[in-house]
Amino acid sequence: MSHSEHHTERNSLAYVIEKNVEVHAQKCYQCGKCSAGCPVADQMDLPPSIVMRLLQTEDIANDEKILRSHSIWLCVTCEMCLSRCPMEIDIPSMMDYLRQKSRSEKKVNKNAKNIIAFHKSFLNSIRFTGRLYELGLILDYKRQSLNMTQDISLAPKMISRGKLHLFPNMIKGTAQIARIFKKTSK
Amino acid sequence: MKTGIYPGCSLTGSARDYNESVFALAEAFGLELIQIPDWNCCGATAAHNLNKELSLALPARILALAEQNGLDEIIVPCAACYSRLVVTQHELKNNPELKNRISEVIEMDYRGTSSILNVIEWIDKYIIPKLDEKIVKPFNYKVACYYGCLLVRPNKILNYDRAEDPQTLDLVMSKIGADPIDYPYKTECCGAGLSISRTDIVSKLSGKIIEDAEHRGADAIIVACPMCHSNLDMRRPDINKYWDTEYKIPVIFVTQAIGLAIGLSPQKVGLKRHFVEVKIS
Amino acid sequence: MARIGVFICHCGENISATVDCGKVAETIGKLKHVAYSTEYKYMCSDPGQTLIKDAIKEHKLTGVVVSACSPRMHEPTFRKACAEGGLNPFLCEMANLREHCSWVHEKNELTTEKAIDIVRTQVEKVKLNSALQPIKVPVTKTAMVIGGGIAGIQSALDIANTGHKVIMIERSPSIGGHMSQLSETFPTLDCSQCILTPRMVEVAQHPNITLYTYAEVESVEGFIGNFKVKIRKKSKSLDEKVCTGCGLCTTKCPQKKIPNEFEQGMGMRPAIYIPFPQAVPNRPVIDREHCTYYIKGKCKVCEVVCPTKAIRFDQPDEILELEIGAIVIATGFDIKHADFFPEYGYGKYKDIIDGLQFERLASASGPTSGAIRRPSDGQVPKSIVFIACAGSRDPAKGIAYCSKICCMYTAKHAMLYKHKVHEGRAHVFYMDIRSGGKNYDEFVRRAIEEDHVKYIRGRVSTVFERDGKLIVKGVDTLLGAQPVEIVADMVVLATAGVANSGAEDLAQKLHVSYDAHKFFAEAHPKLKPIETNTAGIFLAGACQNPKDIPDTVSQASGAAVKVAALFSQSELTREPLVAVVNRTAPPMYSTCVGCFLCQTVCPYQAIEREDFKNREGKIVKTVAKINEGLCQGCGTCVALCRSKSIDLLGYSNNQVYAEVVALLNEY
Repeated sequence: MSHSEHHTERNSLAYVIEKNVEVHAQKCYQCGKCSAGCPVADQMDLPPSIVMRLLQTEDIANDEKILRSHSIWLCVTCEMCLSRCPMEIDIPSMMDYLRQKSRSEKKVNKNAKNIIAFHKSFLNSIRFTGRLYELGLILDYKRQSLNMTQDISLAPKMISRGKLHLFPNMIKGTAQIARIFKKTSK
Repeated sequence: MKTGIYPGCSLTGSARDYNESVFALAEAFGLELIQIPDWNCCGATAAHNLNKELSLALPARILALAEQNGLDEIIVPCAACYSRLVVTQHELKNNPELKNRISEVIEMDYRGTSSILNVIEWIDKYIIPKLDEKIVKPFNYKVACYYGCLLVRPNKILNYDRAEDPQTLDLVMSKIGADPIDYPYKTECCGAGLSISRTDIVSKLSGKIIEDAEHRGADAIIVACPMCHSNLDMRRPDINKYWDTEYKIPVIFVTQAIGLAIGLSPQKVGLKRHFVEVKIS
Repeated sequence: MARIGVFICHCGENISATVDCGKVAETIGKLKHVAYSTEYKYMCSDPGQTLIKDAIKEHKLTGVVVSACSPRMHEPTFRKACAEGGLNPFLCEMANLREHCSWVHEKNELTTEKAIDIVRTQVEKVKLNSALQPIKVPVTKTAMVIGGGIAGIQSALDIANTGHKVIMIERSPSIGGHMSQLSETFPTLDCSQCILTPRMVEVAQHPNITLYTYAEVESVEGFIGNFKVKIRKKSKSLDEKVCTGCGLCTTKCPQKKIPNEFEQGMGMRPAIYIPFPQAVPNRPVIDREHCTYYIKGKCKVCEVVCPTKAIRFDQPDEILELEIGAIVIATGFDIKHADFFPEYGYGKYKDIIDGLQFERLASASGPTSGAIRRPSDGQVPKSIVFIACAGSRDPAKGIAYCSKICCMYTAKHAMLYKHKVHEGRAHVFYMDIRSGGKNYDEFVRRAIEEDHVKYIRGRVSTVFERDGKLIVKGVDTLLGAQPVEIVADMVVLATAGVANSGAEDLAQKLHVSYDAHKFFAEAHPKLKPIETNTAGIFLAGACQNPKDIPDTVSQASGAAVKVAALFSQSELTREPLVAVVNRTAPPMYSTCVGCFLCQTVCPYQAIEREDFKNREGKIVKTVAKINEGLCQGCGTCVALCRSKSIDLLGYSNNQVYAEVVALLNEY
């Protein structure tokens, strides 16, 4: 057992993250450099350094705040935070983990609905064809986001420039892809 | 050494122009690029956001296919796919238990032996040595080289160029006669995968990138990533609307710029497919 | 006939809690050759020591074993007691029943058995001890101070004032160090040069101090009290006795565009130059790397204009051999410069400067005569951002430690700026404020409360240039990590303090330890911060770790006292537990065959060669000889010697075998 595992609260998010992502929340000394360089920090309810601080408190209410935040979905995994962090804390990997945990515990922030809808549509598309079928992605996204008019003007321009295929490009191994999806689903 | 190419979904879809320019260069320099047979989507942003195992399995299948087909090195023009493949290779290398699990998921033998090259590495290795003799129309323009996020970060895993003020793309461009400017937005994020779900954020971030390039007098922004290109080019009307501006600077793939320099037509390198007109050529 | 006295200590309860001391004393008392065996609660106390002294006389003891704590604690105590009792101190051994027994085991019979075994081994050993005499070495009462900054200056003056001779060497052309580059010093805002230059002059004029500038250590041999130091006096290319320091040559030199080290690159100097107007000695030197004459063979203008014909182009370096008794290392530190920081532009942007460069701007004798001006266009900056912790406390950049002085000098810089540019805006990005010295915190509060310096808690992610201004992107963590963007005219980085260049080389020459950051290592971080592990070599100032002027001066004076203490004795006493190469009658002289493998492995360069001559004066044999002044008794040569010609006094082969045999046999 690692030294810090003795000391971190067992049922805290910090402990789980330490075990699964190898991010030690106690290393963060709250310098804020991550938040300073994050492209979407000004949109976030909890900028990355605040997420780290909440994590450090090992307080259940604060853990909830993190999982229910909009921030974790706004993060675009640009990796700027990790690149500049003096303690080399792997915030991007931690964000991936938090996103998945947030979904599995059904604590997703309602403002992030569209972002998640996009990711889901993307995966739905490749699940059946093996490669991204952009038209299918957009239609599925509109179904989920209920935003029918968005980007509608783009479609003809994309088609005329040969950038939008009307039909999907199916690979041969679609069954294998479907099995990969099945095996990795939780 | 058999060289494979993993085009990825963008290049066969919305970044068709990029694909055309890559193959046009390959043709001009007599380079063989074998497409990985039956390649699948790497999972891009969606997979690693929603499902860790899936985000490793999809790239692993691609790499296993490459190994199976004797492709020792793979060129990956899309920076996002490049990032996913290298990160996957790295994670599976350092965790044998995980590697076995993923092998089992993809039902294939995965060894992790392929060498993965991004487009600039491909250019440096195969095109630069023979470039001088082929240049007929030096690309005498001031350019802002925009690397985006995923070519240089996370630097410890990708081990490519340097994370701050990278120079590899600038060096390639100067070799074809361009004048790369000192550009602080080289690696600032364009908004990435939020293009559709949060177009406002993309407009804001991509707008800043474009504004700074125009302000410094660049004639064009050079990119090596289809996602960045899409955000800077296809989303231009949204950007101009958001900022109430009329930014006109064209966004050109590095492969297109080289193509023009060696005398290929704009058509051949896919310039006509852009949203923002490319008046320079 | 051996008569050994054994004293079992309870050590309060430390030993007696787990070991049955009475039983040990009783059992040992029954052994052959043990004339007296007893137990006592505190052997190291006065009555305890008296017990030993009385027993020696009463029982005519030929050897003593004190079974108590570790010899590292009290060996000197008990040796002294034995000496006072009339027994040679090296006939006293300690058996460690505490660290080796009672502290690491539970209370039971086996523990007591082990204690008995430990004592037995020492009893068998001490029977073979010899009455050794301490080794005396002479002391050369001349100190060497390496480095002419404030640490070296203070140390040299203090040693010189005790009446001893000091040789100071400084590698740059003038003494003064970084302190001479500062404008004002915290927390008093005294003019740095005003308080420093009197001391510099005092050094130059002191009858007991010999100053060599533009000189470096070439090699060091020997040991405490008896160092042989070679220094290289680099050629200044002029005759110092004839040069008057008029400085005419420096005004006529055509090579004017050499980046000025003293000005931290913010100004230029000629090839023949005096580093700064208050330099001591106030004589120029020729920088041969940039002088036209040395590069191309032309020019010689300085020679032509010199009124006293002092220029000597062909002057070679001079090597001096000095006999030194003690060395003070005062080589100071350096700072990381702006090109170290990728996210702040890799040194591309002229208006991003480091702390020392700001000092030169603020200094009245600096390149701008004390006006704060942007290096790029000479304009007065209306807004300056000061970034603290630039490089320090940053494991990703390889510097995890805190550089200690930056919080204070950043506050000082901000205050100086505000004093000079009243409408200017000063922002400081910090993580913590470390102002623990006397009047230090009040100083920082003054910057914030009186001079309206804006402190923002957060770090800066990136700085870049746009339209001649610097865009600083930071964050305010006290406002919930709110992004803060400031458009500044200048950025000052409080960069990390690091070991001075050449520190590692010097450490190797002096055989002094240093840490991973190339700072010199003290012997003990708390109780011996001035000594090094190498006897006779002391530390002063920032060469040990970044520190401010008060601490540096204190430590320098401390080093001086250590040197004076050393010099207060006419001879040095050393423990005689050293290796010895045997000697026999001629013609053999020694069983040593003269292979000198021992010499190659000795870590202390303590092995010499001794020639034996016959009556005709011809050398018939050369054998190894241990220099008892240098030998530390590590035993490496003893283990290595193939002819078994070397033995260790106090730990001889026979003594060690005796201990082993004692353990193996029944008693």
